[in-house]
Amino acid sequence: MCGIAGLIHRGSTSKVGFELQGMLQALKHRGEDSTGYALYGKTDGQNFIMRFKVGENVGEGSTSIMEDVSVYDERKKIVDGYLADLGAKILKEERILPYSLRYEIEYDKDLMEFSQKIESVQGVEILSMGKSLEVIKDLGNAEAVCKRYSLDKVIGTHAIGHARMATESGVDIKSAHPFWGYPFSDVSVVHNGQLTNYWNNRRVLENKGMRFMSECDSELIAVYLAEKMRNGASLEEGMKESLTGLDGVFTYFVATKDSLGMAKDTMAAKPLVLYESDNLVAMGSEEIAIRSVLPQEIDTYDPFDGEVKVWQI
Amino acid sequence: MANIKTSEKKTKAQSMGLHSEVLTGKTQQKFFNPDEAENFYYFGTYDVDFNKRTEIDVKNMECREANKKIDELMKEGYGTIVIKNPQGKHSLGVGILNKLNLIFEGSLGYFGCGSMDGPIVRINGRVGWSCAENMMAGKVVIEKNAGSCFGAAIRGGDLICKGSVGARTGIDQKGGTIIIGGDAGAFTGFMMQRGRIIILGDVGINLGDSMYDGTIFVGGKIGSFGSDAVEAELLESDQDWLKRKLKVAEIGENFDVSKMTKVVSGKKLWNYDALEPTEKKGAI
Repeated sequence: MCGIAGLIHRGSTSKVGFELQGMLQALKHRGEDSTGYALYGKTDGQNFIMRFKVGENVGEGSTSIMEDVSVYDERKKIVDGYLADLGAKILKEERILPYSLRYEIEYDKDLMEFSQKIESVQGVEILSMGKSLEVIKDLGNAEAVCKRYSLDKVIGTHAIGHARMATESGVDIKSAHPFWGYPFSDVSVVHNGQLTNYWNNRRVLENKGMRFMSECDSELIAVYLAEKMRNGASLEEGMKESLTGLDGVFTYFVATKDSLGMAKDTMAAKPLVLYESDNLVAMGSEEIAIRSVLPQEIDTYDPFDGEVKVWQI
Repeated sequence: MANIKTSEKKTKAQSMGLHSEVLTGKTQQKFFNPDEAENFYYFGTYDVDFNKRTEIDVKNMECREANKKIDELMKEGYGTIVIKNPQGKHSLGVGILNKLNLIFEGSLGYFGCGSMDGPIVRINGRVGWSCAENMMAGKVVIEKNAGSCFGAAIRGGDLICKGSVGARTGIDQKGGTIIIGGDAGAFTGFMMQRGRIIILGDVGINLGDSMYDGTIFVGGKIGSFGSDAVEAELLESDQDWLKRKLKVAEIGENFDVSKMTKVVSGKKLWNYDALEPTEKKGAI
C-alpha cells in the first residue's frame, strides 16, 4: 500500500525533519517496513552533501544478507581513495551508523562520472548527492528512523517522505524510497502505486546509460525524470510526459532544490490529499498526515486524474 | 431448504440445456410484523430523542473509541450528537442504523459514515475516500470537498457534497441520489446499477463507464463518455425532479437545470443473455 507525504514552506524555513516525521508516522499503518526522508536543508549551497551506504541494515525483518562490519570499513576506505582520485575533497565526514555515512564534499566536475566511480565499489550506493538535499532511509517506521538519524532538528524549506510496505521487492534500504534522481544534484522522488511497464522502460533507459540500483518499480520514476531532464526537459515537462510514459497506477512527488511537484495517473487510482496556501503546501496519502502539521480546520482537496502541479519555495 | 422445480418457460440459454431449473419454495426473506414492535429495529439500534443534544471531543480518541462513544450516547437516547475535532480520522460514524442527527465539526478521513441506515449527517469539513459507502438510507451533507469513491455502492438516501469530489464517484451505486455542487473526477458512475447522480460542475473522463442502469445529470463539461454511456433526452419530469432535489440539497437552487446533460446506459453491455450461450457453446 505505502504512504507518501511532502511539504514546502514558501519564503521561510522550518523544522522540516520533525514535521515530516509527524506526517509519515501518521501514515505508518500504510507500511512500516522502511521509511525514507528527502530533506532540503538550509545550507550555504557551496558544497555537496553525499549520503551513502556501504552496506545494508540486517536487523529484524530485513531481507539482506548479514555482513561483517570490517567489510563496511574496507568499502569506506576504497570510496575515500576514489574520491581523492576524482579530485573531490572531503570537508566533513560523519559515520552515523556502521553502514550509513554523510560526507561534505568539495567537487565541481561531472556527477555521472563521479557516481559511477563511487558505486563501482560493491555494496556501495549513493543515496543522495546535492547541495541542499539529503536522503535518509532505513528500515522501521518514521519515528524509529528519525530517532536513529536525529532528523527532528533538521531545518529546511521542503521535504518529501515515504512509509513503505514492501510488495514487489525486498525489505532493504536499496528498495526504500526516496530515490535520488541520479545523476542530477538535489532531485528526489517518492511514489505510491505500481508501475506495470517497469521492465520495458528499464531496458530502454539502461541502454541510454542510466543506472538502476534496485528492482523496485518506483525507482523508474526517478530515472525516467532524470533522463528527460538530461535531454533538456524541465521538471514539469518531464512529469507531464510521465503520465503517458509510465503505465500503471501512481501518485508520486518529486523535489528539486527549489521546488516540489506532484503527479497523479490518469486513472486517479492512488490517493492524495492536498493543502495549499501562500506560505505552505502540504500533501499526503491521507488527510491525517496533513493534520499532524496543521491540526486546525483547513481546506483540503483531492487532485484530479492526470494532474501535475509544481510549487516553488 | 428450497425445492427444485422444472421451469416451463425456456430462455435461449435454457433451450441450449445450460440450465433448466429454478428455485422455488419458502422464501428466506423475513417480513416485518407490525404487531411485533421489535421488528422495526435492527439489533443494536436505539429510539432516540432529537431534542436531546450533546457534544463529544474526539481529538484524543481512536476511531473505535469514538464510534463506541456515539453508540453509548444513542443508547442513552441522545438524538443530536456533535462531534468536535474529528481531524481527518478514518471510519467515524459508521454502521449507525437508526435515526440520528449527527454533526461533525471538522473533516473526516476514509470510510466516514459508511454502512449507515437512517441518520442525517452534516459534515462541516471535507471527507476522504469512500464516504457513506453502502449507505442504505438517510442524508449526508458535506460542506467542503470529498475524496474518491464517494458514495460507493450506496443503496439509498441522499449524499450531498457542496464542493468537488474525486474519481469513481458513485461506483457500483445501487440506489439513492448523489449530488455534487462542484466538479467530479474520472470514472464517475462507474458500473452504477440504479440511482441518480447530479453534478453541477464539470466531470472527468469515462463518465458512466459500464453503467447497467441509473441516470447521471451533468451541468458542466464532460471529459468523455465511458463504455455504453449515452446521452438521453432531458424530459420535463427530469427538470422538475432536479429542481426539487437541488432545493432540498441546499445547493444550486437557481441552477438552470434545462441545460443539463442526461446520461444513461446504452444497455448494450449488460445483455449477457444474448452473448452467453455462444460463449458457453464455444467453451463446451
